[in-house]
Amino acid sequence: MLRIGCGAGFSADRLGPACDLVEKGRLDFIIFECVGERTLAFGHRDRRANPKKGYNAQLEARMRKILPLCRAHGTRLVTNMGVANPKAAAEATIALARSLGLAGLRVAYIEGDEVTDILGPDTPLWEGGTLAEVGLPLAGANAYLGSDALLPALEAGADVVIAGRVADPALVVAPLRHHYGWTEDDWEKLGAGTVAGHLLECGMQITGGYFADPGRKDVPRLAQCGFPIAEIGEGGDFVITKLDEAGGMVTSRTVKEQLLYEVHDPSSYFTPDVVADFSGVAVEEVGPDRIRLSGGTGRERPRDLKVTVGFDGGYLAEAGISYAGPNAVARAGLARDVLDERLSDILGNDAKLRLDLIGVSSLHGTATEYPSDSQDIRVRAAMRSTDREKAEQVLWEVESLLCCGPAGGGGYRGAITPSVVTYSASIGRDRVSPRFEILEA
Amino acid sequence: MPRLYDIAHARAGDKGDTSSVAVFAYDPKDYPAIKSALTPERVKAAFPELIRGEVVRYDLDHLHAVNLVMRSSLEGGVNTSLNLDSHGKSWSFLILGLEV
Repeated sequence: MLRIGCGAGFSADRLGPACDLVEKGRLDFIIFECVGERTLAFGHRDRRANPKKGYNAQLEARMRKILPLCRAHGTRLVTNMGVANPKAAAEATIALARSLGLAGLRVAYIEGDEVTDILGPDTPLWEGGTLAEVGLPLAGANAYLGSDALLPALEAGADVVIAGRVADPALVVAPLRHHYGWTEDDWEKLGAGTVAGHLLECGMQITGGYFADPGRKDVPRLAQCGFPIAEIGEGGDFVITKLDEAGGMVTSRTVKEQLLYEVHDPSSYFTPDVVADFSGVAVEEVGPDRIRLSGGTGRERPRDLKVTVGFDGGYLAEAGISYAGPNAVARAGLARDVLDERLSDILGNDAKLRLDLIGVSSLHGTATEYPSDSQDIRVRAAMRSTDREKAEQVLWEVESLLCCGPAGGGGYRGAITPSVVTYSASIGRDRVSPRFEILEA
Repeated sequence: MPRLYDIAHARAGDKGDTSSVAVFAYDPKDYPAIKSALTPERVKAAFPELIRGEVVRYDLDHLHAVNLVMRSSLEGGVNTSLNLDSHGKSWSFLILGLEV
């Protein structure tokens, strides 16, 4: 039985419950999954601005708390917190380990996922067109590595393995292959292990996070929700559970929702390791907060690797102003009309501008209309542009409503944030060479 | 008219401009009603301005679940969408608002 916990399901996930998991979870491994396509593109931007950066912004904060606990409890750590700069992440981790007195800690970093210089301008994109035809500055491109990129570092005895772009389930499949000796073509076990990885990789989304709906789907002590633990057997079947004292819950419903999360065809879930088949997975309650999963399988891995190609996308401008009390909907509507007229004059009719009435129609505004007699409405304007001046114009016009717009407008806020754009491409496995180095504290 | 919300729960995910929403029966006896309510044609027709591409449904009968995959349904997705919810995280409740 191998016990693997997940201490982060995205880049900004909580730290306290991850510490609890290492302290009380009797874990063999803990994984931290912190990379999305956009995080990676932002990582490239950060590294370009400072060659010592480009890894997860919370890496030091996490490692400072987690490393001493991992050492005390014999837990090994596998993460993709290296994002666009695994080497710098490993060096920062080693410096921290030394300051914490963790002599002898072995930290591996994985490279070879970055293929920015390998892709040519004619590389076809899955979305259509070529890399050059996107017409934006390239931030960086990374192939999704599989468990075979992580495994040699584990075999070499690393206590901490820091990668950049690896497929999320590989963070779990690699420890399983290391522990059980699964071969790289044991498709059925790799498929089963990928089910475990898929269920762990989003952290609390299986222990009660992203689930609660008061009165319909109540979750106990959501504020104290715990991260998940998987107890995985040699055949790849496993039990998902959590710490008894943690909030949240593990039920067949939380597990089923996560089993299909971001899955398209459940019989063909593509990873670099295997084409996993989730379609026959059985979900069984075997105790309080204990759900057993069996029947995951898979078939031969895809020939090519998926690549994420990130570009600088200019700026996202967002600004808002609020109206409350009697006739708020009409006053907010008038503010929206004023913005529409004036910003169309300034930016032209083809500007990609969106105007929402938050409280009446925003998230689902394109899809449907909901009746509303709310008396607390926020007008929101949003636009993307590669032209900073135009982005500033959006903020200025919304702010000007304080004096020039309908009665009682207040609470103006505006922000311009950098924008990234990502596309997907394919690359032959033979053009990607994963490698690792081990540093010792 | 009862809504799907009364008999089902759901979770939304995204990949690029494709949204996927998995819908689950609270009670297995309601699963056939969910299947009849959520045909790909009906889902696409319910939100013509939002769902620009194909809708494909995968059934997991033993889990009393259907998985709806809706292409070109995220206003461009996180890359270009100006929707506050550019991931379509709230699409689960958009689907659950449909009548059975």
